[in-house]
Amino acid sequence: MNNILFFAHLRDAVGRESVQLDASGKTVAELKQLITDKYEAVNLEHVMTAINEEFASNEDVIHDGDEVAFIPPVSGG
Amino acid sequence: MNFYEISKEPIIIQEVIDKVVQREAGAITTFIGTVRELTHGKKTLYLIYEAYESMAVKKLEQIGQEIKERWSGTEVAITHRVGKLDITDIAVVIAVSTPHRADAYEANRYAIERIKEIVPIWKKEHWEDGEEWIGNQLETVAYPKGKPEEKDLNE
Repeated sequence: MNNILFFAHLRDAVGRESVQLDASGKTVAELKQLITDKYEAVNLEHVMTAINEEFASNEDVIHDGDEVAFIPPVSGG
Repeated sequence: MNFYEISKEPIIIQEVIDKVVQREAGAITTFIGTVRELTHGKKTLYLIYEAYESMAVKKLEQIGQEIKERWSGTEVAITHRVGKLDITDIAVVIAVSTPHRADAYEANRYAIERIKEIVPIWKKEHWEDGEEWIGNQLETVAYPKGKPEEKDLNE
């Protein structure tokens, strides 16, 4: 299983801060598709992705137990 | 000592500065990021900052490492606050010490620019007539590859 985290406006769109689902073997791009099919209000085109707290690209493959976070454009400082 | 912190409490500037004090230093620069009332004429009432805390600390550490590789003899400490912040509250404090002052200014500027690129911290603006997470609706920043560009990751 995988813990999928949402932040900022993505959290508002999904309505919760995390969901549990099995994404092992899927690429980041495939997971994005799965999420946007499930939550129509969510647009993941302009967000970054982190796997286990490191930035990942759309082609990277998710393994069982990985924590995946969708990261909208950051605005700290 | 934790040189890189996400804090729910008000930041004490002196504590951040104290972390970078070293005998080799001839300069310490301190950047203090504060909450501004007016942005493009729009009046902010307050801000909410939130962070992906564990990753944010890692990315602050990465920035510190980049600085140490680029400017030798440098010490860096960064604390970023999260939660509800009112106008004039301190959102971030960056302290950099170096042997010579030019490097201290440059390295400190580098740190805040990098925070705005790679550290997972977001702010939600609360105005008199509404609220909005900054950095989304306008979509002025996009990541077509799903992560920062290589140049952003490895300066």
